[in-house]
Amino acid sequence: MSIWEYANPKRFMQSSARVLPWVTGLAALALLGGLAWGFFLTPDDYRQGSTVKIIYLHVPSAMLAINGWGMMLVASLIWLIRRHHVSALAARAAAPVGMTMTLIALFTGAIWGQPMWGTWWEWDPRLTSFLILFLFYLGYIALWEAIDNPDTAADLTSVLCLVGSVFAVLSRYAVNFWNQGLHQGASLSVDAQENVADVFWYPLLTCIAGFVLLFVALVLIRTRTEIRARRLQALEARERMA
Amino acid sequence: MIALLLRDLRLAVRAGGGFGLGLAFFLIVTVLVPFGVGPEGGTLARIAPGILWVGALLACLLSLDRIFALDFEDGSLDLLATAPIPLEAVVTMKAAAHWLTTGLPLVIAAPLFGVLLHLPGAGFFWLTVSLALGTPALSVIGTFGAALTVGLKRGGLLLSLLVLPLYVPTLIFGAETVRRGTAGLETGPPLLLLAGITAASVALLPFASAAAIRVNLR
Amino acid sequence: MNPADPTVPDPTVPDLPATGLTVTGLTVTGLTVSRGGIPVLEGIGFTLAPGRALVLRGPNGIGKTTLLRTLAGLQPPLAGAVSVPAEAIAYSGHADGLKATLTVAENLGFWAAIHGTGGPGAALEAMNLAALRDRPAGALSAGQKRRLGLARLLVSGRPVWMLDEPTVSLDAASVGLFERAVRAHLAGGGSALIATHVELGIAGAEVLDLAPFKARPPAAGGRGHPFDEAFA
Repeated sequence: MSIWEYANPKRFMQSSARVLPWVTGLAALALLGGLAWGFFLTPDDYRQGSTVKIIYLHVPSAMLAINGWGMMLVASLIWLIRRHHVSALAARAAAPVGMTMTLIALFTGAIWGQPMWGTWWEWDPRLTSFLILFLFYLGYIALWEAIDNPDTAADLTSVLCLVGSVFAVLSRYAVNFWNQGLHQGASLSVDAQENVADVFWYPLLTCIAGFVLLFVALVLIRTRTEIRARRLQALEARERMA
Repeated sequence: MIALLLRDLRLAVRAGGGFGLGLAFFLIVTVLVPFGVGPEGGTLARIAPGILWVGALLACLLSLDRIFALDFEDGSLDLLATAPIPLEAVVTMKAAAHWLTTGLPLVIAAPLFGVLLHLPGAGFFWLTVSLALGTPALSVIGTFGAALTVGLKRGGLLLSLLVLPLYVPTLIFGAETVRRGTAGLETGPPLLLLAGITAASVALLPFASAAAIRVNLR
Repeated sequence: MNPADPTVPDPTVPDLPATGLTVTGLTVTGLTVSRGGIPVLEGIGFTLAPGRALVLRGPNGIGKTTLLRTLAGLQPPLAGAVSVPAEAIAYSGHADGLKATLTVAENLGFWAAIHGTGGPGAALEAMNLAALRDRPAGALSAGQKRRLGLARLLVSGRPVWMLDEPTVSLDAASVGLFERAVRAHLAGGGSALIATHVELGIAGAEVLDLAPFKARPPAAGGRGHPFDEAFA
């Protein structure tokens, strides 16, 4: 059986209904466990104090803000190439979730930045890139909302997602060029030397897993809603034709 | 293809204000800024490169929704889409017409407005060069936004929302060039990156714009 | 058979620009067209021989415009085949694509340049617009605008005309001019597909009623699109 079988709306509804409770449950477990572990069972940082603990919200949400857009890009490409409606609807479903992740990353960043840098907002390259990413999400969602015909909307938003991705990467390098920034280096890296200490690392990994599962669960739920809405539209159209 | 460019230019001239509108808007922005930030020459000179670039960008934005809207309403876009010239060429010519009626006047007038903002002497050359290199990208990117929103009744605000984040790299490299130029620093890297953005946009975005138009005409 | 043989040019019709039409018929088989993703007409099939006209009939909203736009290549069909490429088709829709601030000659000259077919002179003569050539299109009456829009077909140099309600807002004399232009086009080996509610004096025009092709609503479960069945 090919993976594309799941692009059939009916199959998708069946499989996602089976998977969803597990994903949701695991997401809740990992999130609650990871956050509790991180907040209450890890020591304060010798330099940053207890402020450092916001890392458990900030890093996972920032990762998903970027990867959410990446998922939309892949889903848009699948729609443009293979014309699977579920793919387009999944991209649509992911956008508000990704945008919320971007907002969480921005807000937790501000809360972290205030005691560390003495300011809520700094035009640092990373912060600025996230603000621009937020604008991209906003435009993408607004375009979906503005167009009535679902296939037209799917096509146009997919093209926007493609072009937007290129410009988002371009903006990332442009803002790097423009301001060197205060933000600390990556918290996670393949190079173990650069990583945060193990005692923060394991709860952080748990939180990341929880956020990923939460993202998957939310996107699945929203995609199912979109499919039902499309079905409703199709039924109404048939009503009118009969 | 040239016929299309000539027709659009002729329409811009006949409609009156095709050339003037963006320019007038640019002037308004330039005049309003000193009222907002105060008349000290030092402050103005420091922010002049950025203000001039942002003003040029907004003036470009102002006229974007007219690129395709009129042709869409009167059916010309349908006919152009069925004409023997490829839609990619139509889109490119539309962007070229937009640049000639909006971007080019801005490039020419910008040094004049630089005087109003006490732009330091070294900046004038770089302002003109960076605008001349950067405004074509603004027109091409804007044409893409206009192509996305051509079928929509009230696409104007949405168009701005879609296009503004796409303008960020162009603005950063353009304004950076002028800033470095006024400070006597090396302007090569931002200027080359700006030229790169323009070249890539002109080469690639017409395909995306034409695809969007085809979808919108369905 | 009609006494006026359509292959013999009408002497009262001025010569049209030499077009070098490739004489091909138009064959449509099993065509299904959609509006907003929903099929409106299905299984359409007809043949349009060179030199002939076909009149499309059907109540408003049945999908005449959708069919013409699909054939003109402005939207993809859901199914079926069209024998000629969209490049052979000159489409004329509800809007004429005229620019109010350009003169009649400029409007037409633009389309002639786009299609690479000489100047607008002969087409202006044929549609009796020569006297108005320097007037801005915005100052024309509705009928004159329509005639200018139809003159565009002449300068397109394409063999298959697709006309959507071409006689709207035309008076009797202008309808006569229009019929003459179509007859001359047919005599030159072209063909025309016309969606209209009025009787046109075009010899040998066949009539195609679209009502039998109206798409049936898909049965519950949507067998029309088996893959996306959950949407239907």
